[in-house]
Amino acid sequence: MNRALRLIGRRAISSIPVLLIVVIGTFFLLELASGDAVDAYLVSIGGGDAALIEHLRQSYGLDQSALTRLWIYVSSLARLDLGWSVAFNRPIAGLILERLPNTLYLMGSATALAFVFGTALGILAGARPGSLGDRLLSIGSLALYAVPSFWLGLVLSVVFAVQLRWLPTSGIETIASGKQGLERALDIIRHLVLPVSALAMIYLALFLRLMRAGMAEIWRLDFVRAARAKGLTRARIVLRHVARNALLPVITMLGLQAASMLGGSVVIESVFAIPGFGRLAQEAVSARDAPLLMGIIVVSAVLVIVVNMLIDLVYAVLDPRVGASEAAS
Amino acid sequence: MTSLSRRSLLQGVGVLLASTALPAFSFAQALPTGGRLVVAADSEPRNLNPAIVASNGVFFVASKVIEPLAEADFEAEGGLVPRLAIAWEGSDDGLSATFKLRQGVTWHDGQPFTAADVAFSALEVWKPLQNLGRIVFANLESVDTPDDYTAVFNFSKPTPFQLLRNALPVVTSVLPRHLYEGTNIAENPANTQLVGTGPFRFAEYKPGEYYRLARNETYWGEGLPHLDEIIYRVLPDRAAAAGALEAEEIQLAAFSAVPLADLARIAQVPGIEVISRGYEGLTYQLVVEINHRRQELSNLEVRRAIAHAIDKQYVVDTIFLGYATAATGIVPHNAPEFYNPEVPQYEFDIAKANALLDAAGYPRGDNGIRFSLKLLPAPYFNETRQFGDYLRQALAEIGIDAQLVNNDSAAHQKAVYTDHDFDLAVAPPVFRGDPAISTTILIRSGTPAGVSFSNQGGYESAELDSLIDRAAETVDTEERTQLYNELQVRAGEQLPLINVAEWGFITVARDTVLNVGNNPRWAVSNWADTAVQQ
Repeated sequence: MNRALRLIGRRAISSIPVLLIVVIGTFFLLELASGDAVDAYLVSIGGGDAALIEHLRQSYGLDQSALTRLWIYVSSLARLDLGWSVAFNRPIAGLILERLPNTLYLMGSATALAFVFGTALGILAGARPGSLGDRLLSIGSLALYAVPSFWLGLVLSVVFAVQLRWLPTSGIETIASGKQGLERALDIIRHLVLPVSALAMIYLALFLRLMRAGMAEIWRLDFVRAARAKGLTRARIVLRHVARNALLPVITMLGLQAASMLGGSVVIESVFAIPGFGRLAQEAVSARDAPLLMGIIVVSAVLVIVVNMLIDLVYAVLDPRVGASEAAS
Repeated sequence: MTSLSRRSLLQGVGVLLASTALPAFSFAQALPTGGRLVVAADSEPRNLNPAIVASNGVFFVASKVIEPLAEADFEAEGGLVPRLAIAWEGSDDGLSATFKLRQGVTWHDGQPFTAADVAFSALEVWKPLQNLGRIVFANLESVDTPDDYTAVFNFSKPTPFQLLRNALPVVTSVLPRHLYEGTNIAENPANTQLVGTGPFRFAEYKPGEYYRLARNETYWGEGLPHLDEIIYRVLPDRAAAAGALEAEEIQLAAFSAVPLADLARIAQVPGIEVISRGYEGLTYQLVVEINHRRQELSNLEVRRAIAHAIDKQYVVDTIFLGYATAATGIVPHNAPEFYNPEVPQYEFDIAKANALLDAAGYPRGDNGIRFSLKLLPAPYFNETRQFGDYLRQALAEIGIDAQLVNNDSAAHQKAVYTDHDFDLAVAPPVFRGDPAISTTILIRSGTPAGVSFSNQGGYESAELDSLIDRAAETVDTEERTQLYNELQVRAGEQLPLINVAEWGFITVARDTVLNVGNNPRWAVSNWADTAVQQ
């Protein structure tokens, strides 16, 4: 456990420069985009005269140079202050805390589902590479992977919400329902079924194919032959020897996926009107709200770093070699 | 208030006043009371205060909570019905305007509404802070309140009463003085937690999810409102709005939240109605903005050729699927007070357009191209983007090679209105009841760079400028209207910009929602008489 703590500590320190690079990169990328927060606001209010525009630029702090604004942002970030959103006219920390849980529910359940079913089906396909079952699963998963997520979301919504009316079309919970406790939790789950399914079905293919490919390769290795020669049952060979070894790259992918899923939820959040992180990021970009976007990116980066630390720990459990090399270095 | 007292008051002030509130009351008896109306909202305005931000996105929610002095109406004389004012009159010299205010009105927090609220709103909010009020009330000097229910606006320069009257529904949302006085108005918490006199109170806002308005039990309108609750559900995706309507999760989607392409299908769904009434006072104009700094485009014959190359009827039929009207000039058909049909027209004629360009000295090169242009369609509507694609093809027919540049809102705003980095742009300005508010700014020269939705194309005409300036100060309604008639003719001849089409939005609603679209600014009016059949 001591070793694990040291690992975490080292990762945490090395992630600070990463965060700084992310912040500065985001700032300048948004600086490069044409138009600023005042331009975006003027569009939404139908325009204003020159004096109003100048007043707005001043009150948004946009009359200062880019470097000054970046310095102000970074120094307040160092005090763990995420700043003020001009697009929403609210503190950014509050906005993020409000939206983050919705995205975590969505992404967490979608990733878990995709991982569990993807890996299980991958084992099924990889148990007998080249068999009919393997081919069907591979083709089916490829087809799902090729489907755009917004389309899948809309189709699910039309079938299950509009036609059959089993589930709600959109939202995170029933509006102004006054539901509390367990009732409210069930309500949120009902609302999440369609968006989570849409996301999970697409990412499932990734895990399935990776698992299957890994297993197909491992079947050819010597230790599998040795296991066979020992007279082990096929089920035991598949699960204990082949699948376990093929799982390592899949776990790596899980860590990488956590990052891309945070971004990949934008479309699903829009289609299902879920007030989440992805939609907030999209709104921050179109409103040219640099501090908000940087706040979102910083929090996302922290999340990804944390997930990857956990992945490293899981690795250490699954593969004894990982821990050993870390300890030696 | 009885009709008798109103009539005696009419005589007392000697004023134009419309009394269509009467049929509304008798009508009211038959309508069901109670219930919740759930509507789709596609955006969440940063500042929800309609006295500061006079825009349709804000009014859609805020007009139910905060009321103007008067509201637009289909039948009333002068097109206005009373709200917080019951009578209004301008002086002959245009230097003052008198408003008689409604008695017995209370704010949602229980305080009485008086002329002091109107004076405060006019001087401290509409004139200095509001995007449109800054134009209309530019010369407002003081507001006298001889008694609690009279407000006299005094202007330093003649301000046409015709302009004030036309602007009333949009620029006169009254704020409670007792909550704003002595505070930083732009940052006041009441800008998001609205307090007004309207038929609904602002109850709750969950960002990203919904706004909830609840019935104002002490509303001044007798027997109003009918609804218990209005909920605006935030649905950013347009396909989601259509789905939610079909699944009966929402009952109404205004402002064409259901895309035009879906209307034919959704109209077939039992229980769903497609309604185009109720946007007559919110006419959007499809306009080609021209950068006159570009040498070819400063040539009038070239501009005329471009006008001849655009098939307006095709645009109406194909892009707007018939939900629009071909434009004839800078003032839309929906403004009968000002609309002048007798302006130069440029019928669709490719041969004529080509001939004009040849004669102007821009022959086709070896590749068939006369010259290239940069074309920036505004990204705000599907239709403006689609028209950009159409215009590119239409220009290709006459040998002009248009390069499409697609930007998002903020980038488009900067490219066109600040950097002037365009040759042609597609814009959707709104006609706001009077040419002085929304139309002349598209033509008058001298607007500094950065001011959006204005003449940033470098067009300068001493003749048109002087017409505009004279109209701005002409107090006599007939004379003023005459000047705008002439402006329409001159603009038609000179083509500072090209008007292509005019459109209103579409409401899609369940047939259980009653009184939808019953005034020219319905979506942004107070919905006091809107009801839901249980």
